[in-house]
Order: sequence, then C-alpha cells, then structure tokens
Amino acid sequence: MSGHVSPIRPPLVTGNKTYHQITEDLISPTERVPSKAWIIGFILSVSVFAVGAFCILWTIWNGIGTWDLNRTINWGWDITNFVWWIGIGHAGTLISAILLIFRQKWRTGVNRAAEAMTIFAVMCAGLFPLIHMGRIWLAMFIFPYPNTRGPLWVNFNSPLLWDVFAISTYFTVSLLFWYTGLVPDFATVRDRAKGMRKKIYNFLSFGWTGSAKHWQRWEYLSLILAGIATPLVLSVHTIVSFDFATSVIPGWHTTIFPPYFVAGAIFSGFAMVLTLMIITRKILGLEDYITIEHVESMNKVILVTGTIVGVAYLTELFIAWYSGYVYEQFAFFNRAAGPYWWSYFGMMFCNVLSPQLFWKKSWRRNIWLTFFMSIFINIGMWFERFVIIATTLARDYLPSSWSYYSPTWVEIGIFIGTMGLFFTLYLIFCRVAPVVAVAEIKSILKTGGNQYVGPDAHHAHSHDEVEVKAETESH
Amino acid sequence: MAHHNKEVIYGLYDDETDLLKAVKEAKDLHLDIMDVYSPFPVHGLDPILGLAESRLHIAGFVYGSLGTLTAFLGMTWVFTKDWPVIFGGKPYWSVPAFIPITFELTVLFACVGMVITFYIVCGLGPGVTNVYLDDRITDDKFCIAFDTATVDGAAAKSFLTKTGAEVNHKVI
Repeated sequence: MSGHVSPIRPPLVTGNKTYHQITEDLISPTERVPSKAWIIGFILSVSVFAVGAFCILWTIWNGIGTWDLNRTINWGWDITNFVWWIGIGHAGTLISAILLIFRQKWRTGVNRAAEAMTIFAVMCAGLFPLIHMGRIWLAMFIFPYPNTRGPLWVNFNSPLLWDVFAISTYFTVSLLFWYTGLVPDFATVRDRAKGMRKKIYNFLSFGWTGSAKHWQRWEYLSLILAGIATPLVLSVHTIVSFDFATSVIPGWHTTIFPPYFVAGAIFSGFAMVLTLMIITRKILGLEDYITIEHVESMNKVILVTGTIVGVAYLTELFIAWYSGYVYEQFAFFNRAAGPYWWSYFGMMFCNVLSPQLFWKKSWRRNIWLTFFMSIFINIGMWFERFVIIATTLARDYLPSSWSYYSPTWVEIGIFIGTMGLFFTLYLIFCRVAPVVAVAEIKSILKTGGNQYVGPDAHHAHSHDEVEVKAETESH
Repeated sequence: MAHHNKEVIYGLYDDETDLLKAVKEAKDLHLDIMDVYSPFPVHGLDPILGLAESRLHIAGFVYGSLGTLTAFLGMTWVFTKDWPVIFGGKPYWSVPAFIPITFELTVLFACVGMVITFYIVCGLGPGVTNVYLDDRITDDKFCIAFDTATVDGAAAKSFLTKTGAEVNHKVI
C-alpha cells in the first residue's frame, strides 16, 4: 500500500501508515497508564485552578469591592480576560468549519484538539461576565424567561444581551459539532476496549455502527453545521466588539471594531492551538499526524491575521487623527503615550512586529520559534484587550475623574485560575478521547497522505519507502 | 430493534477500493446488500449502493426558520405588546437591534434541531446499543453484510470469497 506520493502537495500523514496503525497510534494514548509528565501537569493545573476557585469564592463572598475597579475604570481584568478567552475560543470552529468548507485537508490533523480547546476556552470566558455581575445567584436574569416580576423582560436592544445569545449559541453549537465528530472515534475506542471501559465507551459512542447511510448523514451534518457555524464564528466576536463599538466612548466608538476583533480572535486562537499542539504532538508522539506542514499552514494564518490586526491598529490611529475630533485624537495619543504606554508597546511588539518573522519559510517551519511566538502572541493579544478596556476608561471626559487601575491579588488569582481550569480540562480530554480525529485522518490517507493514489500518483523511489514496500509484500 | 434471530453473512475487505469494486459487482449480480460498514466515510459509495441523498438539510432549513420566527416575533411581541419600553428615544419596534439575536437563534435552532434529528433517524443516542458485526469495522476493515432472509447464504458466501473478503456469519 505504500510508496505513492502526490506530485503536487507534501503529504499530511507521514510514516507509511496503514489504517490499523492509525487506530493504534491515535487511540493508544487513551488506553495507557498516564505518563509522569501528564500526572505532574494535571496536579499543577488542578492546583492552579483551586487557587482560582478560591479567588472566585472570595469575590462572590465579599463582593466586587475585592477588585480594584473604581468609578472611572469599571471594567478591568475581568472583561479583558473574557474577551481574551473568547478570542482564543475562535480557532476551533474556524479550523473545523471554515477550513472544511474550503476543503483544506490539513484541518484533519488539528481540528479535534482545536475544537476541544474552543469549548474549554469559551467555558473560561463565560465565567467572567457571570462573576463580574457581582450577584451571581441572580445570573439567570440575563435570560428572557416568563417570570413573576411582571414579566419583566431583558433589554433586547443591548449589545450585552446580544453577547449572551452569541456566546451561549456558540458554545452549544461548538459542543454539538465536536461531539458528533467524536462519536465514530468513541466507537473505535469501544471496539478495542473490554469490561467497564467498553460499557462507558459504548454509552459515549451512542451505538455507532459505521453503516454507510449513517456515514452519509454524518458527512451531510458536518458540512451543514460547518456552513452555519462559519457565519456564527464571525458573528460572535463581531458581537463582542459591539459591547464597545456601540458605546459613545472615544476609542471604542469605531466601525472598524468587528473585522478587527474577528481577525484578532483568529490570530490568538491559532496561537493557542499551536502552543497546545506543539506540546501534544511531542508528548503523545503524533509527529506523523501533526506535521511541519500543519505548523507551517497555521503560521501562515498567523502571519495573515497578525498583519490584518496591524493594519487595523494603524487605521485606528490614522482615522483618529483624520477625524479632527479632539477626544478621539486624545484617546489614541493616550493609549500610546499615556500611563499605560507599556501595554500599548507590548501589544504592538507582540502582535504586529513579531509575527513578521514568519515571512521567512524556514522560520515558519521552526518548531521552537513557533512555540515562543505562539506564547508571545497570546501575551500581545491580552495586552490588546487591556489597552482597549482599561487605558480607554482611565482617561474620562472629565480630567477630575481620571484614574489609574492595577489588579488586586483576587483578580490575578481568578485569571490564573482560568488557565488552570483550561489546562485541567485539556489534560482530561487527552486521556479520554483521541486528540486527532481518527476517522477523518483515515479518510484523507489516500487523498492527502503519503499513500496518495489519485491522478498523477507515482511511485516514490526513496530508500526507506522501497524497503517498507518490500517488507509489506513479503508478509 | 425488532429483527432478532436474523442470520447475517458478512465479508471483511482490507481496502476501500476492494469494497467499492465488490459493491458494484454485487449490484450487477442483483444481490441484495443489507448494509455496508466502514471505519470512515468511503467516497463514491453512495451512488453505487443506491443511497438516496440525505434530506437533513431540509430539516435544518425548517428548524432555522423556526428559530428566526421565534426570535423576531418574540422580541416584537415583548417590545410592542407585552411591555413596551423606550430605550434611548428609539422606536419600540427597533428592527436593526433585533438582527443579532434573530441570527443567533436561527443558527441555534438549526444546529440543535439537525443534530437531534440526525441521531433519531440513525437510531443512535445515549444508551443505545446496536449489534456490532465485527470489532475491526471501526478499525481497518470494510464490510458488506447480507441478510440470509433475502439472499441465498451459499451465493452470498461464494460472492464474498470470490471478491477477496474474509467471510463470517453472525446471528443477530
């Protein structure tokens, strides 16, 4: 079966895999006893999450006064973290939906983990609006349900309410999309398992048989879900940007916000996918499935979206100057040269300048550089949200209201805690589900893998491939 | 499912190209295939097997429209009939402000409805246990199954052997 390569594209699955080997490689991490690295990582994540949980309880018990917000700066780390996490949560559905529509086969190597990451990131994000309400026990007031208070309805004209709908829809759709993709793979795990484990995976696999009609419907469902998830993923960060853009605060009240936020979300989401995938592929030995080609493709997306974000920053500056509107001009001057100049500098440096290194092909294919860059970008994207929120609010229309804000230990604890939650969930996911979509990898093996059999296929003549071929034939 | 004590003869192929060839041959011989199972969606199988196109997208459209109407009419009723409030001097029926939520609910209804429909029409769901012919089908084998009630057992066996399958049978 081996020895065929596409003359046009580099293979997306390397190592002359057979279908059985793919199953073996991708399912066995869920069957082994957890490695020492995993256990250490898990304990660390859970401990960090425990710190966050304590800080959340502290906030709920004592109130929002435990944060350093004030009359002028009424959104700080809470909403910064919310927007940051939501942005990270954009890569998963982008990879699985938009790349499916564009028939990008490299998505199959990373879509599963990226979707999982999306779901966990949205969970972390959703936490912040809930706790920043102060009285979290009344959180159900944000939903329009018939109630005994009138019924008193929510304000459907408010972008904050649009956000409630956008994020809950996004979470639900991502979860369904992800789980439907997992069902056939859970069936594969089930059919290799014994005893209690078989029972659990039988439940999780929903009784999947692999029937031709089911596969046909499954592919239809994936395609249509992708079709409607595409505008959805674009709408979510658009609506998040409306939280700012529909206000009348100089620096927020701009029409460029929706595209600029969406590009930034894809940018930070891909960076987080890279951070996670580079570690995962190394620890689980998935280099044949998440190849340098995948890394390079994602780095290209990072380069494009990073540059879009850079253009957006410069456009904002230009328009502020060109508007002739003194408050707008001051808002942007204040961002770059005001008390928070360091966060503006961090944002510009990490988001605009550093990704430009990826114009060079060999740097795009460098794992270490990519890893550091992915962390850099996420720091930069956090700064971007901080610049937009705290810096803008710090300078009010009234100079007497001007203020400065720095987080308390509670706010820092909650932020770090969400990272603990995120990594805890991701580590559990790595143990219970295949991190690479098994069935989808099998389906591209012969059209996009190194066993390409399509038109123009020719026999590879490299040494080891010929040897492997001889070996398979001798069996 | 009610069809108990059905004897199924099935063949396992190593490769999807062998499977496609065999399905085509079986159709030419007018052998009535009960079902085909594979570890991943095999492209080009549906037309040979004579599977009609899925109508899931129609269901999706209906659910989506339902979402559109729920959101738009719901907000209209709340803000014009049930509890009209003036926000920022805007009209009660401020259509542009309704667009985001209308869009989100359209997507939500379409997705949730389609996913539920998918599991119901496939007979899948939490707690469902189906008959699994062979554990290797979800790994690396491609399977054609014949029901002995509609196809002569000996004919099915000889067909499967001839086309290069590993032949098995199971009473389900």
